[in-house]
Amino acid sequence: MTTTEEHTINITLKVWRQKGPRDKGRFETIPVQNVETHTSFLEMLDLVNEKLTHEGKEPIAFDNDCREGICGTCGCVVDGVPHGPQKAMTLCQLHMRKFSNGDVIAVEPWRARAFKVIKDLMVDRSPLDKIIQSGGYVSVNTGSPQDANAIPVPMDVAEKAMDAAACIGCGACVAACPNASAMLFVSAKVSQLALLPQGKPEAAERAISMVKAMDDLLFGNCSNHRVCEAVCPKEISIINIARLNREFIKAGFASEAV
Amino acid sequence: MQLDGKTPSGPLQDKWDKYRFETKLVNPANKRKYSVIVVGTGLAGSAASASLAELGYNVKTFCIQDSPRRAHSIAAQGGINAAKNYPNDGDSIWRLFYDTIKGGDFRAREANVYRLAQVSNSIIDQCVAQGVPFAREYGGMLANRSFGGAQVSRTFYARGQTGQQLLLGAYSALSRQIGTGKVEMFTRRELVDIVIVQDKARGIIVRNLITGEMERHAADAVVLATGGYGTVFYLSTMADSCNVGAAFKAYKKGALFANPCFTQIHPTCIPHTSDYQAKLTLMSESLRNDGRVWVPKDSNDNRRPNQIPEEERRYFLEEKYPSFGNLVPRDVASRNAKEMCDAGLGVGATGYAVYLDFADAIKRDGKDVIQRKYGNLFDMYRNITDDNPYETPMMIYPASHYTMGGLWVDYELQTTIPGLFSLGESNFSDHGANRLGASALMQGLADGYFVIPYTIGPYLATNGVSDITENHQAFRDAAQKALEHDQKLLAINGKQTVREIHVKLGKIMEEHVGMARNAAGLKQAIEEIQGLREDFWKDVKVPGTASDYNLSLQKAGRLADFLEFAEVMALDALERDESCGCHLREEHQTEENEAKRDDDGYCHVAAWEYDGYGNTPKFHKEPLVFENVALTQRSYK
Repeated sequence: MTTTEEHTINITLKVWRQKGPRDKGRFETIPVQNVETHTSFLEMLDLVNEKLTHEGKEPIAFDNDCREGICGTCGCVVDGVPHGPQKAMTLCQLHMRKFSNGDVIAVEPWRARAFKVIKDLMVDRSPLDKIIQSGGYVSVNTGSPQDANAIPVPMDVAEKAMDAAACIGCGACVAACPNASAMLFVSAKVSQLALLPQGKPEAAERAISMVKAMDDLLFGNCSNHRVCEAVCPKEISIINIARLNREFIKAGFASEAV
Repeated sequence: MQLDGKTPSGPLQDKWDKYRFETKLVNPANKRKYSVIVVGTGLAGSAASASLAELGYNVKTFCIQDSPRRAHSIAAQGGINAAKNYPNDGDSIWRLFYDTIKGGDFRAREANVYRLAQVSNSIIDQCVAQGVPFAREYGGMLANRSFGGAQVSRTFYARGQTGQQLLLGAYSALSRQIGTGKVEMFTRRELVDIVIVQDKARGIIVRNLITGEMERHAADAVVLATGGYGTVFYLSTMADSCNVGAAFKAYKKGALFANPCFTQIHPTCIPHTSDYQAKLTLMSESLRNDGRVWVPKDSNDNRRPNQIPEEERRYFLEEKYPSFGNLVPRDVASRNAKEMCDAGLGVGATGYAVYLDFADAIKRDGKDVIQRKYGNLFDMYRNITDDNPYETPMMIYPASHYTMGGLWVDYELQTTIPGLFSLGESNFSDHGANRLGASALMQGLADGYFVIPYTIGPYLATNGVSDITENHQAFRDAAQKALEHDQKLLAINGKQTVREIHVKLGKIMEEHVGMARNAAGLKQAIEEIQGLREDFWKDVKVPGTASDYNLSLQKAGRLADFLEFAEVMALDALERDESCGCHLREEHQTEENEAKRDDDGYCHVAAWEYDGYGNTPKFHKEPLVFENVALTQRSYK
């Protein structure tokens, strides 16, 4: 186990810089001295940005918000792995003590056909929102539904639904997938709602329209590489993909939407 | 200005029904002629956008994040209250109302709080219907727990991610309306001005964060659901993009800002260790159910905590509050931790931390039980600090967490600018001087799902459809002014970064306008804030241009607002010469160092009116009238 004492390390960042969607982009090498190992990865980037600002240069653009691993805003590919080397963790929760003095660290944006680079490490993940808009909901208006306890949900079903619902929509699964597929993302929402009684009436239509939206938005298909599951910061299981496949096939028999 | 809360007459229980019956409705066929702007997509904003669109209004919704699913409501862990009384333990709408008004130390409006308790049950029904996976009992019924010292189990939860699940529920309802075309969604937009034409809110100017462009949007009404201002302290549990900008722009355009000094400090956060730090991480206060809070008795004790013998430790909460012990309310726990650290007894790198020790609980219940209860929190702590809380005590310190103050609104959630409404944390309405645990989520969703869909109607019905478009001169002028503001910031080209100045502001606020305040400190804070503001406008360095994604420029704009707003906060704390809830004026304490209210002098809402840059804002009072509850003194002895 590492100790709690303060250490500093020197590292070299190879960070992706790209002015905009049409710019070709390139890696920029930035040596970073005296990084305290207690800093988080994003705090390290903050410090680099402070230095760049003082030098009158433009800071590195990267998305982040809550910095406690729940909002799903942050995420870059660090040394080839979405969200970096630590399992079950978003990039904002990665700390510099996981690196060693002298490390060269490559930092890149999510790369996927469906996600355009906006600037540097920022990408446009709005296609994920569009998939949800195509059917990732229960069609219920605000009003006076039945009493909450009128829909009993067995505890194990509620737990499985919650496992799937824990997806934070960060897009790491897409970035990791060699096909840039959004299957894990889609399957998490389809599973959550198909498991619960509230979601059953629209289950068939939902599976078909969300898969169609995924295809239309240029995400690839699933060929069972399972890297999505390996990089998911919330450990969403590919069992959900199996469930999505079942729902999708079932929908082909049952629904008129085909 | 006479502040009219527009509280309906009649018995408390009947006010909301009476209001809904007497109110002017918009004909269903006419709703599609109206357009409404909603800014913010947290619980309140998403819920409002979806619900208004379902009614038939044309909604334009804006958020600062890259997706409406990411607002900071998502980070709430503990749960959401409702008066369902499923556990049969004596809860009722009246009890939830009473607990909320008492918890707020009698500085909120009775009618608003009662309505909140009334609609709380519908929120749970609505969320379950949407497929929110709340925790369940074996028989399939919803599970409840007691939270934040409440004596009934009225809190619904979804693991430690209740905020996330409720927000994703509201986001799914919003997404459905975006899919049908009833809501037009604009992401990565930041509000930079509110456009007022003939004294009414007619639209907004937003910065497109990607292109830097100032975009103009007109509508028949504007709804702000833009959250709180906790980041005025720089370090807080808030997300990076949380800011006071939208509410402050409204204030500058004439909306009154109410009780800005009411801010909540959460006791169990991971302490500040160094200036590189960007935020403080909150850990659920459920930890205090089993952890014991202590500091060494000797201020020069540098031993590791496990080497300090029992008799040389000071369990200050247990000593001072024998009956509640470590479970005293948030403000009391926070203040006592600060007192210990101010007296030199604090621990850790900065001396601003206290121990939260689980050794006794582990000895009593076994490590397995503690792991089952708090495993995820212990893991989170270990990951951030690299310390193992199963073996050595955690270190904790209070951090800014929620702001009860906000835009002044009446019973209809309308600000003092006609046509401008404010929901959720961005208004001041329901929590008084202190918010109870699991009540923030309740208020956000109540405002969005069940209040604004009704209360926006009368304004629209009375004022009709506006013919003012984005081409109106007022829109052009406002957009031009926003561009000039940017150019001014870019041209300063000084030596300090935005972050460096924000850190300085945070230190002033924490020192003088934080957990304990006094007149001399507040006066000093006001002077220091004014000085820092001058520094900022002379010496800030903002690289890049205005026609691009420029984070430094965005943050400079937000800090400029904070540097003005912070002064209003300090002024409000100075004017409120009493203690109440989270606002402790050191001059006014009971013998047990508790907040001592002055109900004769300060049983009112303090509302501030902007009076030009650099001028002292005008003070207005809305007296609070209590017809249904007796004002009592809180005691946790």
